[in-house]
Amino acid sequence: MEMRPAQKPEARKASGILRCEEIVVDFDGFKALQGMNFTLRQGELRFLIGPNGAGKTTLLDVICGKVKPASGRVLFRGEIDLTKRREHQIARLGIGRKFQAPSIFPSLTVREHLEIAMRQDRGVFATLRAKMTPADEERIAEQLRMIGLEAKAGRKAGSLSHGEKQWLEIGMMLMQEPEVLLLDEPAAGMTDRETEKTGLLLREIARRRSVVVVEHDMEFVRNFASSVTVMHEGRLLAEGSVDEVQRDERVMEVYLGRRRDADAGRSTA
Amino acid sequence: MSVFSLAPRRVWLLAGYAAAASALLGAPLYLNDFRLNLLAKFLALAIVALGLDLLWGYTGVLSLGHGVFFGLGAYAMAMHLKLVASGGKLPDFMSWSGLTKLPWFWKPFGSPAFAMLAGLLLPMLLALLLGWFTFQSRIKGVYFTILTQALVIITTTLFVGQQAYTGGTNGITGYTTLFGLRLSDPRVKVWLYLVTAVALLAAFALCRYLAGSRFGRVLRAIRDGENRARFIGYDPSRYQVTAFCISAGLAGLAGMLFVLHVGIISPSMMGIVPSIEMVLWVAIGGRGTLVGAVLGAILMNGAKSLLSESYPELWTLLIGLLFVAVVIFMPRGLAGLVDLPAALRRRRERTDAGGGSGGVGGFGNAAGAEAGGAEGVRHSPV
Repeated sequence: MEMRPAQKPEARKASGILRCEEIVVDFDGFKALQGMNFTLRQGELRFLIGPNGAGKTTLLDVICGKVKPASGRVLFRGEIDLTKRREHQIARLGIGRKFQAPSIFPSLTVREHLEIAMRQDRGVFATLRAKMTPADEERIAEQLRMIGLEAKAGRKAGSLSHGEKQWLEIGMMLMQEPEVLLLDEPAAGMTDRETEKTGLLLREIARRRSVVVVEHDMEFVRNFASSVTVMHEGRLLAEGSVDEVQRDERVMEVYLGRRRDADAGRSTA
Repeated sequence: MSVFSLAPRRVWLLAGYAAAASALLGAPLYLNDFRLNLLAKFLALAIVALGLDLLWGYTGVLSLGHGVFFGLGAYAMAMHLKLVASGGKLPDFMSWSGLTKLPWFWKPFGSPAFAMLAGLLLPMLLALLLGWFTFQSRIKGVYFTILTQALVIITTTLFVGQQAYTGGTNGITGYTTLFGLRLSDPRVKVWLYLVTAVALLAAFALCRYLAGSRFGRVLRAIRDGENRARFIGYDPSRYQVTAFCISAGLAGLAGMLFVLHVGIISPSMMGIVPSIEMVLWVAIGGRGTLVGAVLGAILMNGAKSLLSESYPELWTLLIGLLFVAVVIFMPRGLAGLVDLPAALRRRRERTDAGGGSGGVGGFGNAAGAEAGGAEGVRHSPV
């Protein structure tokens, strides 16, 4: 901790369950992340906002191993460097990822999704022998209730509606019992009521787990965020409560005056 | 659990399996020797189809190189049979090629146990090696398929070129006995048929277990969305390699049985065309359904032997046409026809009910298509 640049001391009280240090991502010359720093505390619900191209999704991609950074480290529980691990290993460590577009297995039933997502030994020999225990059945039934898909448990996921697929994916993530959840616009394409329900669910989840949510919908952020990280051009711009961030001059410039005064915005960032 | 407590669908399924199994095992009672021998050959080939279906239909990995695994099993058995037939002397084709003593790698094939084990394990080992390097490096889809074709070319070229060790283009033939039993004896042929039928039933049971286990569900998940499976914590390459190995082992087993019925194995039986034909059996029977794969193999080979007896040139033409027709009109193969009445009924109901329910059906389809499109996880920066 003492080696960290003194940025926002109040946001770094604990060492954090997840700590990204000076992450640089280079897509063939385009620097999507240019030295991003980010710390997530245990049990925190953090919203990640910023204009298009700020690098929010890329940051999630780096954490879950989909993108390997050119430099920088991602420390999980303060000791494990995730940039050295492969995707499935990171998932097994307890980091769940939900992508922006619902990605489910179209030919598997809803119940089968939850079954394979369930926290378990994921080796070939384990799944060859795996038996459904009554406890497993109950866990799956409970999850089905939570995501409201009980009646469609036997349906192939390919036939679900957009919102139902999103819920199924959230259900799958919860079955994994991850310590950290990374969600990319979980409420995208949802109706107001569904969005409201998603927000409440996120709060509920964050009681036991640490959650990072990438979100564009500022209304949603205002309603449910406790702390917000603002990214801009691949860097950390501001961090704090919703009110603090909204009053931040640089944030206002980025969001409001970006077109009019682009150079000023960049120089302050 | 009594049979009566099972769901009706399961009862019908079990009854169907029992009927099929008794029809297979009872075939010696109602088929003449010639037909029985043909059927034995088809059943052996159906085992290849089962393995291919597990790999292609369930895991989504298309191998156009199963002729090689089939051939390795067949050659392992042929080497043993040839050594027995040569009765301690050098096999004839070796002396013609100027060899004076038995090559070292031929020696262990004098033992029937070693030969059978090799016929099963060599294909699995080759699949393990090829699968390990390709799936680990995330070589997949059409690139993997091309690699399997390359494997076929390499192997057949090697077998043709090393005439002194493999019998070259002619392959290995001229067998007499197995375990001291004369292969030409009709009673032995009946036993060999039964062994093949039991092997097919066992392979079917194995594949059914695999497909119905959680392992099988992970295979289907990997087929539907490899990346998604990875982010739940599964290592797709492990599962793909396992499926590839099991599939290759089944092909090897089939090859061993095939040699016993046909009495010859040559490189042309493991080449490009047979490798593609094997996939066609699965495609025409219905990929992703084990019964479809078995039926596809038996029916296609039956049709082939009927037609090619009278019109040998017509067969290749017909098989091409059939393949195109199946892909366009019956993407789910013959097995898809089982659901046809239900599908037609649904369609009729939908048209009868008019706009409302038709809209629901259409929406379902659209959602399915979208899921397919959305699966490929984006690679754009943000």
